[in-house]
Amino acid sequence: MTGASLKRPSLKILSCVLAVGVAGCASFYEIPIETPIAAKLDVSAFQRVFIAGFISGGTDDVDGNLETVRLLRSQLRMKSNLRVVDADVLPLLDVASGRTEAGSSSQTREATLEAPEIKNEKDLQPYEHIFADADYWKRIGEEYQNPLIVTGTVLFTPHSQAGMVQREREVIDPLGRRSVQPVREYMERKGFILQEKFIFIDGRSGAQIYSEALREERLYNQNDNTPALSSYFELMDEIIPRFLSTLSTQRVRGSRVLIK
Amino acid sequence: MPMRLLSVVVLVAALGGAVYADARSDAKAQVEFGIAVAQRGLWKEAIYRWERATQIDPTYAAGFNNLAVAYEHEGMLDKAAEAYERALKLEPDNVLVRQNFELFKEIHDRSQSQTTQSQNP
Repeated sequence: MTGASLKRPSLKILSCVLAVGVAGCASFYEIPIETPIAAKLDVSAFQRVFIAGFISGGTDDVDGNLETVRLLRSQLRMKSNLRVVDADVLPLLDVASGRTEAGSSSQTREATLEAPEIKNEKDLQPYEHIFADADYWKRIGEEYQNPLIVTGTVLFTPHSQAGMVQREREVIDPLGRRSVQPVREYMERKGFILQEKFIFIDGRSGAQIYSEALREERLYNQNDNTPALSSYFELMDEIIPRFLSTLSTQRVRGSRVLIK
Repeated sequence: MPMRLLSVVVLVAALGGAVYADARSDAKAQVEFGIAVAQRGLWKEAIYRWERATQIDPTYAAGFNNLAVAYEHEGMLDKAAEAYERALKLEPDNVLVRQNFELFKEIHDRSQSQTTQSQNP
């Protein structure tokens, strides 16, 4: 027997072993799944939700109070079983600063425009006592048939940062093949930070039942002229699923592998 | 005498092996049926099958992996974590189980961290 003749049967055996191995490896199945994440808050006692308004600050380019109220109401209408109370936004800043009589739910936009400037978290602190005023919230609750009340603070501030950034650059080699390589370079970027604190109040008692602070930031290339409002919506896209997961069960889509 | 002892040992080993092989093939049948029904969206039935499989053969990692996936799909996250851990204990180097577990942990940890970030006043 020569070495060559020995090679042929051993190749056959090898291919058989490989085939068996591949068949063995193929005994798995990818399957789509939806993982339900239970709501953090039991809202079964409520039939209505009232997005009352927010004490907002940061940039003047976006009215954080009105935009947040509008967006949350529309999202809740689509993705929640609660009925959304469609009422004027409460002038919370005026109520908290004593410029409007507490209990008045009429919107005073002019008063809001003259409101003191809130530029950072520290500026918000003098007004946060309003969220603990159970009598005030109870009165609001009575006015709107004891809903779940959502209020809180919104801070949308400009932000800039300079430093080393890793990005991907397409490279073409002498043979014309394209590849992507990571490149680190110094960049000056600007963008916005959105900090939202959602406070959930029981409209029947006026007591706070839950609160959640969320923060998102986004930086853009210095040359990109991203409007503040468009950045605000981008950041809210990140925040809204987490807000909704407080009130209703959310399903996270993905896939897993089943094995034989 | 030693020959007799040896034959007894061989017999016991063979019987043990046969019983093990039998348990594994029974468990495998349950696992395969579970996969078929899960692919049709019948997750409750799949859970029943894979629970049976893990009872029949508690050393069958695939059974625990599939059970974990089904628990995850049904929102029983604590049970899913337990089943994934059990599967990985049986087969620590199984890449598929590890990949499933990593994806599961991403969701589980996120939901946990959201809960810790929040406070009940």
